[in-house]
This record gives sequence, structure tokens and C-alpha cells, in this order.
Amino acid sequence: MNEDIISPENLVYEKPKLMNDTPMHYCAGCSHGVVHKLVAEVIEEMGMEEKTVGVCPVGCAVFAYRYLDIDWQEAAHGRAPAVATAIKRLWPDRLVFTYQGDGDLACIGTCETIHALNRGENIPIIFINNAIYGMTGGQMAPTTLIGQKTATCPYGRDSKIHGYPLKITELAAQLDGTCYVTRQSVETVAAIRQTKKAIRKAFEASMHGKGSSLVEVVSTCNSGWKMSPVKANEWLEEHMLEFYHKGDLKDTTGL
Amino acid sequence: MSKIKGAIVVNTDRCKGCGLCIAACPKQAIAMADKKVNVSGYPYVEPSIQADACTGCKSCAIVCPDGCITVYRKKVEE
Repeated sequence: MNEDIISPENLVYEKPKLMNDTPMHYCAGCSHGVVHKLVAEVIEEMGMEEKTVGVCPVGCAVFAYRYLDIDWQEAAHGRAPAVATAIKRLWPDRLVFTYQGDGDLACIGTCETIHALNRGENIPIIFINNAIYGMTGGQMAPTTLIGQKTATCPYGRDSKIHGYPLKITELAAQLDGTCYVTRQSVETVAAIRQTKKAIRKAFEASMHGKGSSLVEVVSTCNSGWKMSPVKANEWLEEHMLEFYHKGDLKDTTGL
Repeated sequence: MSKIKGAIVVNTDRCKGCGLCIAACPKQAIAMADKKVNVSGYPYVEPSIQADACTGCKSCAIVCPDGCITVYRKKVEE
């Protein structure tokens, strides 16, 4: 029976062609893989395979250039929006996007991010928020939730000592340069489909010269959170989405 | 009456056995392979004994972070 079904004319889903066969270094169940797949699918759908330049961050996604067969530029820690600004200004017909984590974008790169968004550079920024520094071993990040335990706040984040979690997306929505600011997540099939639409809209907006856009993707770091991938998705729904509310915060694209 | 039947192919060498697809499948048509590991030393998933229940809904493939699952779907007459 299965042999009848498994034939090219019945194919409904396969790994995007832009994603190559290099095994990804991410931990099992990491949200990065899902977002990489979505980015590849959106670029394929837009037919921009030969005209896309991605800017990699420092952090877990530092090796993103290994997995998607588009042009990439590696930026110094947090400086991806500044590098993307230069590339986009020199090459306005290219789709230039940055792909950054919360340690990169919300901590060391806050200045570059806020200013690039405020200048209204035509770059979409994909912001993976997993509330932890995944690559270096699960330390507290600016986006760590109050009460969340990490390697550097083993008793839970305390606002009296560590301050409050930083909502970059809310900040970005206040800036005049941004055209599309949204917060999505990738824990369920429905959420993944929504995120794909958001990435598509951000990419389209940048090619139409509408201004900068920020797509925050609330993600899991099951290794850093010390949970199984399935449990991490449940924890995300229960705790992360309670603080980081999903939805479009700003949309003036008209697309 | 026609019925939608699906089938999946798992790239077992790429799979890391995270189990997100098992949680996403509404028909329990995918399961962890019993006491087996792939070339990288990871446990991996494969179509389960209930694989006939697969409808080709793509849920497993969409949630897979590593893009290991290929989905096929066909209308069959009964």
C-alpha cells in the first residue's frame, strides 16, 4: 500500500531545496531548525534564491550560513543590523535580512538594532527569543523571565538584583522607522504557519521599501531550560507566552 | 468512497530523535525506533505500527526542526 503512495506525484511536503544536507549542529528539538526551514521556504516562494543575503549573528545561529544555500555575511556580536544596513544600501535590489538570537540582539546589539530600526532601513530582522544564552551554556539573558532559573541565576531571576525582562519588540513598535513589528512562536503547527506568514510579510515589506521590520519568534531552548523538547514547548505556552504576548504590534505595510 | 491516505519517509540519518513529530501527530502514526540509533548516535523516529492511519496532514514534517520527514498523500478508492 505504502509503495503506491510514496511516489513523486503524491509528494506534499519535503525539506526546502535551499536547505542543504549538512547535519545541523543544533540540539535535538531546537526551534532554530524550524525557523531556518521557514526562512528557506519563504525565500523559495518569493523566487529570491539568487538575490538574498543573510547576516548571521553570534550565538547558536552563528553557523546558519552552513545550512541555507544563499549568500551570507557573518557579523561581529550584535552588529548584524549595522552590517545589513551597509549591504542593503549598496545593493538595494537584494533581499537582506538578519537572523539574531536574544543574547545578540537584545543584549550586546541593542544599540545597533534600535538605531537600524529607527532609521527605517529596509531590512527585516528575525529575532529568536528563547530567554537564555543557549550557546554558552544557559546563562541569564536580558529576556529571561522573572523567576526563571538559569546557570547564572540558580535561584530564579529576581527583579531587585537582575532587573526586568526586556521587551525589544514593544520598544521597536514605538519607532517611526519600523513598518511591521510582530511577535510569533513556533511551538505548534498553527503557530509555525503564522510565523511563516509573518516572515513572508516582513521580507515583502523590505523589498517594497516600506521600512524596517522585526519578527520576534518566541522559541525554546530545551537544553538550556533542562527539559525534553516536548516539555519545553509546553513550558513555552504556559510561561513565555504569558509574558511575551503574541500578535502584530504594528503593521503599516499595507500588504 | 474515496479516502485520503498518507505515508511518510524519515531521513533517519538526519533525525535527532527529539520526538516533536510524535507529539504533533494526531494519529500516532510515527514512533521512536525501538533501541536503535543512527550514524550520529541519536535515537530516531520511524513510521509506527499504526502507520496505516496516516492521512498525510504534514504536521510531523512542519514541526520537525531538522527537515527529516517527507510526506506523500494520495486519494484511494475503497
